[in-house]
Amino acid sequence: MSVEHHAFHVTEHLPALAAVVPLVGAVLAALVRNGTIAWLVSLAVGLALPVISILMLWEVQASGPISYALGGWAPPVGIEFRVDLANAYLAILVSVMAGVVLAGSPRSIDDEVNPENRAWYYAAFLLCLCGLMGMIVTGDAFNVFVFMEVSSLATYILIAMGRDRRALVAAYQYLIIGTVGATFYVIGVGLLLAMTGTLNLVDLAQRLPQIEATRPLFTAVAFIIVGLGLKLALFPMHLWLPNAYAYAPSSASAFVASTATKVAVYLLLRFTFSVYGVDFVLPETPAATLFMILASVAMISGSLSAIFQTNVKRMLAYSSVSQIGYIILGIAMISETGLTGGISHMFNHALIKGALFIAVAAVIFATGAVRIDDMAGLGRTMPVTMGAFVIAGLGLIGVPGTAGFISKWYLIQGAAEQGMWWIVAVIVVSSLMAVFYIGRVVEVAWFRAPLSDAPRRAPPELVLAAVALAVAVVIFGFFTEFSAGVASDAARVLLEGYAR
Amino acid sequence: MRLDTILRIVAKIFIPFILMFGLYVQLHGDFGPGGGFQAGVIVAAGIILYGIIYGINAAQRAVPPGLVEAMMPLGVAIFAGVGIAGFFTGRNYLDYSNLMHGDMVHGQHWGVFLVEIGVLVTVSSTMLAIFYAFAGRGRE
Repeated sequence: MSVEHHAFHVTEHLPALAAVVPLVGAVLAALVRNGTIAWLVSLAVGLALPVISILMLWEVQASGPISYALGGWAPPVGIEFRVDLANAYLAILVSVMAGVVLAGSPRSIDDEVNPENRAWYYAAFLLCLCGLMGMIVTGDAFNVFVFMEVSSLATYILIAMGRDRRALVAAYQYLIIGTVGATFYVIGVGLLLAMTGTLNLVDLAQRLPQIEATRPLFTAVAFIIVGLGLKLALFPMHLWLPNAYAYAPSSASAFVASTATKVAVYLLLRFTFSVYGVDFVLPETPAATLFMILASVAMISGSLSAIFQTNVKRMLAYSSVSQIGYIILGIAMISETGLTGGISHMFNHALIKGALFIAVAAVIFATGAVRIDDMAGLGRTMPVTMGAFVIAGLGLIGVPGTAGFISKWYLIQGAAEQGMWWIVAVIVVSSLMAVFYIGRVVEVAWFRAPLSDAPRRAPPELVLAAVALAVAVVIFGFFTEFSAGVASDAARVLLEGYAR
Repeated sequence: MRLDTILRIVAKIFIPFILMFGLYVQLHGDFGPGGGFQAGVIVAAGIILYGIIYGINAAQRAVPPGLVEAMMPLGVAIFAGVGIAGFFTGRNYLDYSNLMHGDMVHGQHWGVFLVEIGVLVTVSSTMLAIFYAFAGRGRE
C-alpha cells in the first residue's frame, strides 16, 4: 500500500463540519479558560457556521440531498448525516442566529456572568450550538437523541448561569422536563427499532408501511410526539419555558428562544412527514386534529398570559408559547400552503424574537430593568434600541411590511383553502392580543417620563445586533425569496416524504 | 475516616490494583467487554476512594482540580481530533481507515484505540470533577 497525499476538500464534508466546528470551538473555549479568548473562538465559529450552512443549501439546491456516511460506514447500518432543503434551511437559521447573538453579546455576558464562568459559558453555548446543528443534519433517529442531550445539557448550564438566583430553579425545572421529553423520545425510537430493526430515518420510512401490527407503532408515534412536544414547549407542555427564558443570561435567552424550540419543531416535521408520511400514519391517528386544537389554545392562552406579565423577558417567553402555536398550526394543516407558513414562521419568528430579546439585553445592560414599569421613558433615552424593539414588535403582531405578516398570511391562506374560518379568527385574535402586550411596552417606553437620569450606555455591538435583526424583519417582509420561497420548497420535500 | 487503620491499609493496597484494573478494562476493550467509559469510571473510582479515606485535600494534591478541569475538554479534543484526522487522510469524519497510511485494519485499530483514550480522559476527569464539586461544598 502506497503513501498518498490527500487534500481536504471542505465542500465534501459540509454536514460533518456543521457539527464538528462548534464542537472543536467548545473544546478550545474550555481549554483556554479565558473569557475574551473563548469569545473570540466562539465568534470565529459563529462566522464560519453560516458559511457552511449556506454552502450546504447551495449544494442541495444544485444537486439534491447530501448523504454523508459518518466514519465511512454506509447507511442504513452506519450513522448518516442527511441534508435536504428542509434541514439546510433550518441550519442557516440556527447558525445565523448564533453568529448574531455571539457577535453582539461579549459585554452583556461580562456584565451578567461571573468572570470565572465566562469561558465555560462560551463552551456551553458552543456545545448547545453543536447539539442543535447535529440534530438538524443527522439522518439517524438515535443520533438525534444523542445530539438532543448534548444541546439540552448545555442549555441547562446556560440557563443556570443567569445572575438571578431563580435561574437555578428554572434550569432544574427545565432539566427535569427536558429529560422526561428526551426519555419519551428515545422510548418511541426504541419501539420503532423493535418493530423495524433500523434507526436510519430513510430506511425507517421505507420499512414502516410493511409493519402488520400497528399498535406498537402508534405507541411509538405517541411517545415521540409527546417527547418532542415537551422539547418544543407545545401547550400544555410549555411550563418550563417562561422561567427558563426569563432568568437565563440575556444573550442566552436570545439564542435559545430563537433556535432551540425551532429545532424540536423541525424534528416533529421530520417524523410526521418524512418518516411516518402523509398517507400512512397521519390519516389513521388524530395527530393532526390534536395539533390544531393545542396550537389554537397555545396561541390564545400564550398571548393572554403575555398580556399579564410584569417581567419583560417572561412576557416575551409567553409570547413564544403562542408563536410556537402558529408554527404547529401550519404543520397541522398538512397542506403545502400551511406548511410553508409554519416553516417560514420558524425563520421569521427567530429573527423577531432574537431582535426583541437582544433589545431587552441592551436595556438590562443599560438600566438593569427587567420589569416593564421600570422601562419608563426608555424610548427617549435609548431611542435606537427601543426603535428596534418596536419594529420587531410590529413583526410579532404581523403588520404588513414585516416578516411576521408573510408567514401569518400563508397560515391564513392555508386555513382559508380548507375552509377553516375559525382558525383565521384565532390567528387574528391572537395577533390583536400581541398588539396589547407589545403596546404596553411601547406605551411605557415612549409615553412616560424617564425614571432617572441618563442610563449607562449600552454596548454598540449589542444595539447593532438588535438593529440588524430588526432591519432583517423588515427586509424579509418585502423580499421573501429565501424566507418563504425556500420554505415552500422545503414544505414540498417534506410532504413527499422519504418513502417515495 | 483518616484514623481507621483497617480502611487506610486496605485502601492503600487496593488503589493500585483498581487503577491497574481500569487500564486493563481500557486496553482489553479491543478484545473483550470494556472500553474508555467503563475504564474511566473505574480509574475515577480509585481516586475517589482515596479521597474518601484520606480526605479531599490529599486527593486534590494527587490529582489537582486544575488538571481535572483541563482533562475534561482534552479528552473531547483527542476524540474530535482523531475524527478530524479522517478529513486529512481523504476519508470522512471518524473514518480511521487511512490513519496508518492506507493499512485499513491498522488504521481502524489505532483510530478506536485513540478515541477510547479520549473517552477515558474525559470520563475519569468528569467523575472526579463531580466528586470534587460535591465534596468541596460548604468548605469555602
